[in-house]
Amino acid sequence: MNPKLSNRIAITTLYVIASLIVLILAALLGYIIISGLPALSWHFLTSPARAFTSGGGIGIQLFNSFYLLILTMLISFPIALGAGIFLNEYAKQNWVTSLVRTSIEILSSLPSVVVGLFGFLIFVVRFNFGFSILSGAFALTFFNLPLLTRSIEEALAAVPDEQREGGLALGLSKWETVTHIIVPAALPTILTGVILSAGRIFGEAAALIFTAGQSAPALDFGDWNPFNISSPLNPMRPAETLAVHIWKINSEGIMPDAKAISSGASAVLVISVLAFNLLARFIGRRLFKRFTAG
Amino acid sequence: MSAILETHDLHVYYGKKEALKGIDLSFNEGGITALIGPSGSSKSTYLRTLNRMNDLIPDVTVTGDTLFRGQNIYSPQIDLVTLRKEIGMVFQQPNPFPFSIYDNVAFGLKLAGNQNREYLDQVVETSLKQAAVWDEVKDHLHDSALSLSGGQQQRVCIARVLAVSPDIILLDEPTSALDPISSSQIESTLLKLRADYTIIIVTHNLQQASRIADRTAFFMNGEVVEIDETKKIFMNPAKKATEDYISGRFG
Repeated sequence: MNPKLSNRIAITTLYVIASLIVLILAALLGYIIISGLPALSWHFLTSPARAFTSGGGIGIQLFNSFYLLILTMLISFPIALGAGIFLNEYAKQNWVTSLVRTSIEILSSLPSVVVGLFGFLIFVVRFNFGFSILSGAFALTFFNLPLLTRSIEEALAAVPDEQREGGLALGLSKWETVTHIIVPAALPTILTGVILSAGRIFGEAAALIFTAGQSAPALDFGDWNPFNISSPLNPMRPAETLAVHIWKINSEGIMPDAKAISSGASAVLVISVLAFNLLARFIGRRLFKRFTAG
Repeated sequence: MSAILETHDLHVYYGKKEALKGIDLSFNEGGITALIGPSGSSKSTYLRTLNRMNDLIPDVTVTGDTLFRGQNIYSPQIDLVTLRKEIGMVFQQPNPFPFSIYDNVAFGLKLAGNQNREYLDQVVETSLKQAAVWDEVKDHLHDSALSLSGGQQQRVCIARVLAVSPDIILLDEPTSALDPISSSQIESTLLKLRADYTIIIVTHNLQQASRIADRTAFFMNGEVVEIDETKKIFMNPAKKATEDYISGRFG
């Protein structure tokens, strides 16, 4: 075969593979969104679910998903930032560092259902948090920490060493250099990583079934005292999220409009995750521009 | 006149490899000293021992004395942070921080706890004027410093060092990443600064050394071959090796 022909064949094959990926994604998104769209309405997005009759919504589940996401980020971001800074700026190349790195890798490859069961044993049973948002947030932290740490570490590593030298040469301590120069310089990339991992958390179901629970008690949106059981902010209440809700409707939903609700909820979930991804790109690009072009 | 900075029998090792083999040099206050020499002659290594930037490199050993105003900068009592404020450094690659021009220059002072707006404004202006970049940036001080050209960035970096009012400024090939016009702007900046600061510059550009330096030291294989008035080094060097290098026979 002559080189020109083999080159042509290779390129064509790569094009076919690439378009196949796009096609699969488009088909998947198209199907989910088109079949879910008819169910979407303001009423659907805001009203509570109904167990036996039709006309229920996903309001509480949607709120739970966001609340859980925020709580998880509040717990996992500081830890991941600390770990990322340690690994990239301070850690020497020795067995401790490689142990930390290996642990992170293993943690990130644990199946989420196993993480969920572990969270159930530790937080729900042992610490007696019960099926609660807090248990769910801790379980999701396990799930989220490795990837977030990795992405923060990579963001810091992408900051050129000249910046570190510049800070130190100006008389800054190492810590001041990290906090005042390196982290701000890496901020656009860090933020992108945070938003992308938010998308993953938002769509997670398996780890939450056994930790945040499968029920969504009625909430009183006029009561913002986190110590009241019906308050949306109470972290000790069970909280079925959107993803768990979809799983539950499909496995044991008995309401007459189960299929429509499941399709609608799926569409909302997919659109939200998609929005997180687009937002990550947009904000990352915006911040990068602001930092580089004034 | 007593020297502001001097090294006695300064040896630097990277692991087992000896990079500097006993350097005795002294620098008087004011003026520009150029360090020239072929690649691998360890002139940058020497420069970096003067404000202890070599500390960052793992496995580095420094022996001998480095005295700044008579005090050994490698003694445990030395506060590294203060030392580096007294001995500032400008690097080969312009490295402004990803902040505004104003914040870049005010950075050192702000971090030292200086919050007085008027004072900061004034220092930023003076420093940028001293670095001869004020006229080009004064209308967009709050734009990102990364939006400037390489030459402007480098002068902002010089202003950043000047803002913390050091005694000595070390420059490690500050123009080698810049175009000829930007380079000559940096050179004229340095010539203006030579009255008020002690400047030590590593350069690969022999013309540059001959244009701006009062004294020139020729480094080779980790040793100082010769140091003298720049004119003498270029017109009538004492050593054969210096003459060979200056006339382009090697290096």
